[in-house]
Amino acid sequence: MRASAASVELAGISKRFGDTVAVADLSLRLPAGSFTALLGPSGCGKSTTLAMLAGLLAPEAGDIALGGASLLGVAAERRPVSLVFQKPLLFPHLSVAQNVGFGLRMRGLTRRDIAPRVQAMLERVQLVGLGARRVGELSGGQEQRVALARALVLAPRLLLLDEPFSQLDPELRAEMRALVRALHDEATTTTLFVTHDRAEAVEVADDIVLMLDGRLAGHGRPELFYCAPPTLEAARFFGVTNEIVGSVCSGCFRDRSGLAVRCNLADGPAVLVVRPEALRISGTESPDSLPGRVTAARFAGTHLALEVATASGALGVHVPVDSPVQIGGHLHVRVPAEASTAFMTKQPS
Amino acid sequence: MGWGRPLLALLIAGLLLPLVPLLAWAVSGQWRYPGLVPQRLSGRGVRILTDPRSHVLSGVFTSTLISVSVAALACAIGLPAGRAIGVYRFRGRRLVQFLLLAPVIVPGLAVTLGIQVFFIHYGLAASTLGVVLVQLLPTVPYAATVLGAAFANLDLDYERQARALGSGPVRTLVFVTIPLLRPALILAGLFCFLISWNEYVLTLLVGAGQVQTLPLLLFAAIGSSDTTAAAALGVLVVLPPLLLIGLAGRLLAGRSGAAIGLGRL
Repeated sequence: MRASAASVELAGISKRFGDTVAVADLSLRLPAGSFTALLGPSGCGKSTTLAMLAGLLAPEAGDIALGGASLLGVAAERRPVSLVFQKPLLFPHLSVAQNVGFGLRMRGLTRRDIAPRVQAMLERVQLVGLGARRVGELSGGQEQRVALARALVLAPRLLLLDEPFSQLDPELRAEMRALVRALHDEATTTTLFVTHDRAEAVEVADDIVLMLDGRLAGHGRPELFYCAPPTLEAARFFGVTNEIVGSVCSGCFRDRSGLAVRCNLADGPAVLVVRPEALRISGTESPDSLPGRVTAARFAGTHLALEVATASGALGVHVPVDSPVQIGGHLHVRVPAEASTAFMTKQPS
Repeated sequence: MGWGRPLLALLIAGLLLPLVPLLAWAVSGQWRYPGLVPQRLSGRGVRILTDPRSHVLSGVFTSTLISVSVAALACAIGLPAGRAIGVYRFRGRRLVQFLLLAPVIVPGLAVTLGIQVFFIHYGLAASTLGVVLVQLLPTVPYAATVLGAAFANLDLDYERQARALGSGPVRTLVFVTIPLLRPALILAGLFCFLISWNEYVLTLLVGAGQVQTLPLLLFAAIGSSDTTAAAALGVLVVLPPLLLIGLAGRLLAGRSGAAIGLGRL
C-alpha cells in the first residue's frame, strides 16, 4: 500500500536562533502532489523551514499541517516525510542496498520485504547492479542517487530536498534535476526543493516560493516572478535591473521626465520595474516612452544589450541583434504597461 | 626515507626483547651464572600455571571478567560524556573536561583511599563488583577523551538523516552513531581493557586480597622469589594484551581508524 501525496500547510511559523530571526511568520500552502522550489539566498531561512517540516526543529509559533493533520508534536521519525540533504550522508558502514533499505528496516520490515523494494528503487534511480557496493566506491552523482532512492523508497507523502545537487558539477546537476522531476511525476508525493539557484528553481519546479530574510517574498508560478513580480525584492532577486523612480497618480505612473505608464496602484511615490528584454526602442515619441541616448551596445549572442542614458537614469535594454542602433544615437525607450510592475515606496524624508 | 624500516625494527625489538629472558625463565629448570642460556629446561612453569592450587586459572577468569566489564562500562559512560565534551559548547565545558581527566591527574591511590570508606560502607569492598567500579576511575577519563575526540569529528547530520528516515533516537544510536564511532570505540575499549588488566593498587585496596587478579598473583610470585613461576605468570599477563593489540590493529586496518595509527602497527 502506498501513501498518497499530501498538501502542506504552514500557518504563521516562526523560528529564532538567539537574537537572529531565521523564519518570521511564514504562511504557505502547497497543494498535494505539487513540485515547489523554495528559493532564496543562503541564510534566508529556507533550510530552517525544511528542518521544521522534517521535525528536526520545532517552530516557536505557528502550525504545520500535512494533509490537514497537524505535525506539531510528531517526532521526526514518525512523520511521513523524507529529507535529502545537501551532502549524501550515506552510512559508510552499510552497502548501497542496505542504505536504501535503511528506512524500511527502521519500520520493522523483514529482509524479504525490503529486498524487492530496494531493487525496484535502484532501478528507478538507474543504479541497477550496484546494490552490493560499498558507498565509498561511488561517484558524487551516484551517491546523491542513492540518497534519493533511500528517501523515496519510503513512499513519503512529502519529499524535502535541501539543495541536493549543489555539490555536483553543472552537467550532472541538470541530469539529476531531470531525474528528480521524473521521480516526482511517477511517484505520489508532494515535493519541496530548496535551492538558491533561480535558474534551477525555474527549470525544475511548477511553483516557486521565494524567501528573503526569513519572510515569504512571493509564491507562484515561475512566470509570475518574471512578468509580474509580487514584491520589489522578488523583482530584484529575479534580475530586474531597471528601476524607474516616480509616483502614481490616479492609475498612472509618472516619472519626472513625463513618462506615463498605466498601473493599478494607489496614489503615492512608487518605483516602476521592468526587465531589459521587455523594453522596446522606437524612433518616435509616445506617452509611455523615455527619450535617451545609447551609451553602450554589447553583442550578447541572442540579443544586443544596450545601455541608454535617460532623464530617469541609465536603463538596460535588450533589442534584436539586427536593430539599427549606434552608440551616441538618440532614441525613445518605450515602457510597455503590461510588462512593467509598479511598487509603492516609502515617502522620502 | 629509508630510515623508517630500521627505526620501526628497533622499536619493535625494544618492545619485544625484554620478553625473551622472560620466556627463557618461564621454561628454565636451572639457570645459574654465568650461563647465557638455562642449563636445564623444565615444564614446571607451565605446570604451575595449570595447577588449581596456584589459583592462576581462576585468576585468568577473574581478570578477564573484570577487564571486559570495566572496558564495556567505561565505554558506556564515555559515550555520553564524550558526546557532551565533543559536540556541545556549554558554559563550564572546560571544567567538565578537567574533572573527567582529574582521576588520571590526581594519583589513583589518593582517590581510592578517600572513597574506600564508602566501598566498605556499601559492602562493595572485597567484591568483584567493587573492583570493577573502582577501576572505572582510571579508565572513564580515557574512554571519554577518545570518544570526545571522535564525537568532535563526527558529522551529526548523519543522525539527523537517520531521524528523517524514520529511526528513533535509540535506533539511531545503535544503527548509526555507534557504527560510525566503531574505530574510536575499539580503541577506547582496548585502552580501558589494558589499564584494567594491569591494575594492581586499586584492585589490592578495594579487593582486599579477596579478588585475585593476575597482577596480584604475579606480585605474590615475585615476592616469593620463585623466578620460574613469576616468569611464567609474567608471560601469561603479557600475552593477552599483545594479542588484543594485534587484533585491534587488524580490525582498524583500512578503515578511518587507520588514521589513529594503530591500524598500521
